[in-house]
Amino acid sequence: MRKTGIIAAATAMLMTVGAASFTQADEPKSGGTLVLGTTQKARHLNPAVQSGIATAVPGTQIFATPLRFDENWEPQPYLAESWSISDDGKSITLKLRANAKFHDGKPITSEDVAFSLQTVKDNHPFKSMFAPVTGVDTPDPLTAVINFEKPHPAALLAMSSALLPIIPKHIYGDGQDAKSHPANNAPVGSGPFKFVEFKPGEYIILEKNPDYFIEGRPYLDKIIIKNYKDLTSLALAIDKGEINMYPFLAPTKDIARLKKNDGLVVTDKGYEAVGPMNWLAFNFNNQYLKDKRVRQAIAYAMDRDFIINALLGGQSKAATGPVVPGSPFYAAGVNKYDLDLDKANAMLDEAGFSRGDGDMRFKLTIDYIPGSAELQKNVAEYLKSQLKKVGIDVELRASPDFPTWAKRVGGHDFDMSMDIVFNWADPVIGVHRTYLCDNIKKGVIWSNTQSYCNEEVDKLLNEAGSELDQAKRIALYKKAQEIIVDDAPLAFINVLPYHTAYSKEIGNPPITIWGAMSPLDEVYIK
Amino acid sequence: MTMTLLVARRLLHAFLLILAVLVLNFLLIHMAPGDPADVIAGEMGGATEEMLADIRKTYGLDKPVYVQLGVYLSRALQGDLGQSFFYNAPVLDLVVSRAGPTILLVATALLFAIFVGTFLGVLASHKPKGIVSGLVTLVSVIGYSAPIFWTGMMLVILFAWIYPIFPIANMYDITKSGGFFGRVVDILYHLVLPSLALGIVYLAQYARLTRASMLEILGSDYIRTARAKGVAEVKVYGHHALRNAVLPVVTIAGLQFGSIISGAVLVETVFSWPGLGTLAFDSILARDYPTILGILFFSSLLVIVANLITDFVYRLVDPRIRTGG
Repeated sequence: MRKTGIIAAATAMLMTVGAASFTQADEPKSGGTLVLGTTQKARHLNPAVQSGIATAVPGTQIFATPLRFDENWEPQPYLAESWSISDDGKSITLKLRANAKFHDGKPITSEDVAFSLQTVKDNHPFKSMFAPVTGVDTPDPLTAVINFEKPHPAALLAMSSALLPIIPKHIYGDGQDAKSHPANNAPVGSGPFKFVEFKPGEYIILEKNPDYFIEGRPYLDKIIIKNYKDLTSLALAIDKGEINMYPFLAPTKDIARLKKNDGLVVTDKGYEAVGPMNWLAFNFNNQYLKDKRVRQAIAYAMDRDFIINALLGGQSKAATGPVVPGSPFYAAGVNKYDLDLDKANAMLDEAGFSRGDGDMRFKLTIDYIPGSAELQKNVAEYLKSQLKKVGIDVELRASPDFPTWAKRVGGHDFDMSMDIVFNWADPVIGVHRTYLCDNIKKGVIWSNTQSYCNEEVDKLLNEAGSELDQAKRIALYKKAQEIIVDDAPLAFINVLPYHTAYSKEIGNPPITIWGAMSPLDEVYIK
Repeated sequence: MTMTLLVARRLLHAFLLILAVLVLNFLLIHMAPGDPADVIAGEMGGATEEMLADIRKTYGLDKPVYVQLGVYLSRALQGDLGQSFFYNAPVLDLVVSRAGPTILLVATALLFAIFVGTFLGVLASHKPKGIVSGLVTLVSVIGYSAPIFWTGMMLVILFAWIYPIFPIANMYDITKSGGFFGRVVDILYHLVLPSLALGIVYLAQYARLTRASMLEILGSDYIRTARAKGVAEVKVYGHHALRNAVLPVVTIAGLQFGSIISGAVLVETVFSWPGLGTLAFDSILARDYPTILGILFFSSLLVIVANLITDFVYRLVDPRIRTGG
């Protein structure tokens, strides 16, 4: 075994199994209800066939995964009490806990792991998570060996949070389509909380799993996830004490206001894995934007500090490349494109686009996602005024709703578009898709909609995707990011200002890399 | 024309109307830009080409629109409204589970509007040129002119920020446990603002209507006779005049069933009332065709049935209409 993560069961029990750091000195105590507010409406509760926050938050309470991650990006035992990677990197062996049971009392076996992985591979939108998996061997009920056609280091992160929920084969293996299986609305998992009730668009009620495989957990008796119709009523609800946790809080005015509430703690920890980014994408099919100098000039004309400090009230971090800061794969040394209007003008002159009628060089449109004015529309409006200074006449193109925007951008029918895209922990999952040449797929939103293609970048990304040595992997991603930033298929703007606001009565808040999309078995009410 | 023939003819009309409603709704919703597969993919955080194709195939979206329409019609006429694209559930279940809250809201708002509106109308008719009458007229004009969603939003601002005494969202507080009775009280408490917002516009109409018809009736001979006989003024108003004056209100209220349901869509959205209105709103944003169609079908059915019943009841009550055919 070249690389092992074997941690004895005893050690695992003694350790702070998994997640949240114990910043509080108080002794955790049992009981109480966590009321979590959100505007995200879950379609159903099975994260094996559905990505997104709305399903992931309840999904990670109901279903357990083989691994979980702490706040330092270190894998920790969860359903698997130990794991090991073979020398050639082409297989990972999971040893499951002997005492783990589904909520209906049936034991969890390696068959369930194999079945779940196949279901995720077949149905989950993040195809790259398990694309290299050739099969899962089940030599005994507590051992699962996952085989890959090539080394696949992303598999570890892909076995945590909501990405590989272990679903019961005895329920989902009945031949029905997993995407529309009736059990998705009333699931049976093995996580810290059991399903009680789901009213779509209204609330989800979960209760403590008394037979949870980690002794003494969870502390909470109940979790209620309450839907709110808009962000204002949600902020009001936590301000008034109607709910005691509000994850994925993004409006900067609400962040500032809630920080002043003495009964609340507002933290930006817990979003490192999600890696949510706000950027301006360029369509390479546009006659002007296909010129690298034009794209770079636009990046130079944009004052990122103004966007962050003035438009976003200083509540957000700068994004400078494909990977968010806080990730081990973040590249700090890339060109930052600091504001330089003279340089921008000079580059546009050099590209041969001189100023004509009305002192303008040419005309472009900017699309933006509706419903998120602060991050999208306001920034687009600022860009319009800023680009006018370098002679680009910008017209904002509003979309009445998300489907209209998705149709335009997915269909490559745009010049420039504001966009919000997540890293999803490992670059293989959420980063590659934006840049790989073979992911230029018309009609598919969040593919390579810019139609950007650089064979060197492809090579580096593919190499990094199967490099087991972490230091080498980081170096490969660094190089790829330097080239991408220089090619400027996107102008990177900022990391979404996601925060979690929670009542001071909450102990062990979810601040691991996956935040509220991880089991809340350590959270307690003081 | 015999009654049986008439009923048959009316039922045939209703059936054709429902068919037309189904076809029109289907075509309208398919004309909106945007693809449900994109929304589902968006909810998923993106999807591959194969997955999009798979989603379209699962929901029959890969077929030409006329084929989809044919399949939809044949299923709908058998009572199968299909499976919601967005919520992983049969549309019929969704619609039925959301119909209760909507009916509760509409009925409360309507009753509130009829009783309070009539009372204000009678009050105003007492001294048509007095201050009370002027106030009622003013309130009616404002209530009638203000859009429902605006009234709703003003109530939200008033009761969320200035006087936080009434809840401004949802039908009950899921975090409260107080047994069946506690839940009923909680629902009534949550019902106050939405029913006020929805009822106020109809209240204004009924107040104006009652005032006008009361004034007309109070000037008639039989009222003068009653007064000459020395009947107490309260009895003149309550027993003699109001009985006749309230008839047009009841008639109008019956006919307004359709418009009050469309008003409920707006009110429910403002107050997060978990009825058909919020479901319709969410489904439109999600391009959830089967659910939108299901709601439209259900509400059209309600209106058509209400009109049918009104029609038959009229014929039974008033012999003059019966012969008209």
